[in-house]
Amino acid sequence: MPTVPAERHLLRAKDLADARYFEPLDVDDMARAAHLSRAHFIRQFRRAFGESPHAHLLTRRLERAAAMLRTTDRSVADICFSVGGQSVGSFTTTFTRTYGMSPRAYRASFPPAAQHALIPACVLRAHAGPQRRTFREDNGHRQP
Amino acid sequence: MIKLSTVQLWVHDQDAALKFWTEKVGFEVRADVTVPEMGNFRWLTVGPVGQPDVAIVLMAIPGAPVMDAGTAEEVRNLMSKGFAGTIFLTTEDCRLSYEELKRRGVEFVEQPEERPYGIDSSFRDPSGNSIRLTQARELANV
Repeated sequence: MPTVPAERHLLRAKDLADARYFEPLDVDDMARAAHLSRAHFIRQFRRAFGESPHAHLLTRRLERAAAMLRTTDRSVADICFSVGGQSVGSFTTTFTRTYGMSPRAYRASFPPAAQHALIPACVLRAHAGPQRRTFREDNGHRQP
Repeated sequence: MIKLSTVQLWVHDQDAALKFWTEKVGFEVRADVTVPEMGNFRWLTVGPVGQPDVAIVLMAIPGAPVMDAGTAEEVRNLMSKGFAGTIFLTTEDCRLSYEELKRRGVEFVEQPEERPYGIDSSFRDPSGNSIRLTQARELANV
């Protein structure tokens, strides 16, 4: 019976970051998902995916934050916390370093969020309430 | 007319893959044939109920002489890292399908999320292959 290749466990850690980035997740949680010690995990993850687990988690958070800046009108602080950020200051610094401009400037460089809505505003209002939201980046209260 | 019939997915264990695709995703077995004169090669295909003309062949990573050990190792690595291929599935109700599959123990990477093109989610098979499950937005509403 074929055994599961070792990389599959590393992928599980990567998936954890991709799936639950909005929680206060860190590299220790990712190492646990791969069933490896922290130091060994970091080495193996970098070997498999070409970046550190910390960098991967951060990239996922920044990518979601950037999407929300582009497509919603929510405040920078709100977006920071909803992608698992712990402090608005360090979030803004990291964002600026990565995208070459502040979150506010980044948002301003795209068309207003309202233009992204492909469905009528009345439908959005009716369906975008918390009870319809299943994902924590939307401040959902419903359990998946 | 040329039509799509079967697409291939590398798997690390055909039995585990078969169990996953039938018991968890709800597909049916289309073919499960082992050929002794071909070194017990096993042609194993599954497909969605109600869509009989397309199937996925769950392909074991072969050894020599089909694939040298180094190549097999590379394929196994890519598969395990989730880079060997993706299957895109559609459903009429992404959230409902998500709840159903989750109840059966499917590991989701992305919970259903609103996207410009519809509601989208993703999960993995036991080998690490990425499977997207999407409810496309009706274009009439765009």
